[in-house]
Amino acid sequence: MGQVMSQGVLQAKLWYAQRISAMVLGLCVSIHLVIIFYAIRGGLSAEEILGRTQGNIAFALFYEIFVLACFVHAPIGLANILQENFSKGFISQGLSWLLAALILILGSTAVIGVYSGGNI
Amino acid sequence: MRSRPKLDLRAKKHSSYFAYASHRLSGLLLACFIPLHFFVLSQSLRGASGFERYLELTDFWVFTVGEWGLVILLAIHLAGGTRLLMIEFGPWRGLRKAWTQATVLFGMACGILFLYLAN
Amino acid sequence: MSNTVLKVTVWRGAQEGEFVEYLVPRNPNQTVLDVVTYIQRKLDPTLSYRFACRVGMCGSCAMTVDGVARWTCRTHVSQIVKGDSLEIAPLNNLPVIKDLATDMREFFNKWKGAVGFFKGDKSRYDDFVKVEPQSTERKLADAGIECIGCAVCYASCEVVASRPNYLGPAALNRAWTLTNDVRDVQQLDRLRAVAGDEGCHACHSHGSCTERCPKKLEPTAGISGLKKLVARAAVRGSKWGKL
Repeated sequence: MGQVMSQGVLQAKLWYAQRISAMVLGLCVSIHLVIIFYAIRGGLSAEEILGRTQGNIAFALFYEIFVLACFVHAPIGLANILQENFSKGFISQGLSWLLAALILILGSTAVIGVYSGGNI
Repeated sequence: MRSRPKLDLRAKKHSSYFAYASHRLSGLLLACFIPLHFFVLSQSLRGASGFERYLELTDFWVFTVGEWGLVILLAIHLAGGTRLLMIEFGPWRGLRKAWTQATVLFGMACGILFLYLAN
Repeated sequence: MSNTVLKVTVWRGAQEGEFVEYLVPRNPNQTVLDVVTYIQRKLDPTLSYRFACRVGMCGSCAMTVDGVARWTCRTHVSQIVKGDSLEIAPLNNLPVIKDLATDMREFFNKWKGAVGFFKGDKSRYDDFVKVEPQSTERKLADAGIECIGCAVCYASCEVVASRPNYLGPAALNRAWTLTNDVRDVQQLDRLRAVAGDEGCHACHSHGSCTERCPKKLEPTAGISGLKKLVARAAVRGSKWGKL
């Protein structure tokens, strides 16, 4: 009974986490889409990107929040898809954790990268 | 002799299921793309010129088509996801079929806007 | 409208079997139940199927018609026929006993499993509980209580198809109506029953249940309500206790 209930609590918390991160992402993605459309006019170069992001703490904070929301949202979504179409075993869990690690590490590295422009 | 029939596409031909399927597919494709996206952006650690060399690789037309596709996927996932949040957290107003239509239109609009603004 | 004959393919057998074609004379006001009845009475007496009221009140005649779960007594052939053919199969997601009759036990067991039944703590010696009909909870309960357990929603649900232990839309809808019944005293047990791997959070809001319910009920709404209730109970505890 204890184990069944902790499964229930886990599922509920995962659902909650995914929905809350979805709300954060709703905001972040909307803003990001606007930025994309603004930035791609006339092409996109490294200098243009860094010109906007380098030293800009607001951008850095915004994108780090974006990365953290992705880090919560995407792996839970992937786990659901894998568990429903394959089995509930290690591979499903493993791939989700792998995605989570990739998003957190690569994402934060990217934020540090565009904030610092290579000057660490 | 064969196995008894199972749930097939005929049962799923309604707008709410279509909305779910496009949300799931777009999410899956975006999840595959995101680590790559972050990797390219992290090359900014190499400074402007190092970063530029990586970005130049994406000038190849295949990448531009990919970017166009991804913008559309993002738009679909955003609008479809907002519909789900309305269903689960908002006041109950049915399966929000208007939102599904809006999702398709929003995806198309973003696709067209991208083509208009991109190089 | 010159065709006078319907080509009707009907599932014969159990979990293994085959589709058999019958030729049925076409009439202007025919329902799919009329077609099945004609086949069994005039063409093949070995065909097994269920019906009772034949006027859209009992839900016994639910079958899969051209891939979609419907009440056959309330489905006019003229509304759904494709050319001159029709395909009739038993309800999906339930084991087939024979031909068009399915084993409904797992459907009703899950109803019980979701604590989809009422239990109060008053006796005949107590005064009536006063439930305000326009109260929020009563309106939420009223929106879902007309369910007659026909299993059309259950047969339409892809999550039921892919997760054999998923409680399903009917059971969860019933659980939701009882969650909003202020007289019921099993609320914590009920919350626990609908949480978990096979509970409300497995629903992805495909909406097939709401789309197909012949009584126009909306299990998606009730399940969304349960999701929020269970999630809050898991994190902060509910007014009936912690999950």
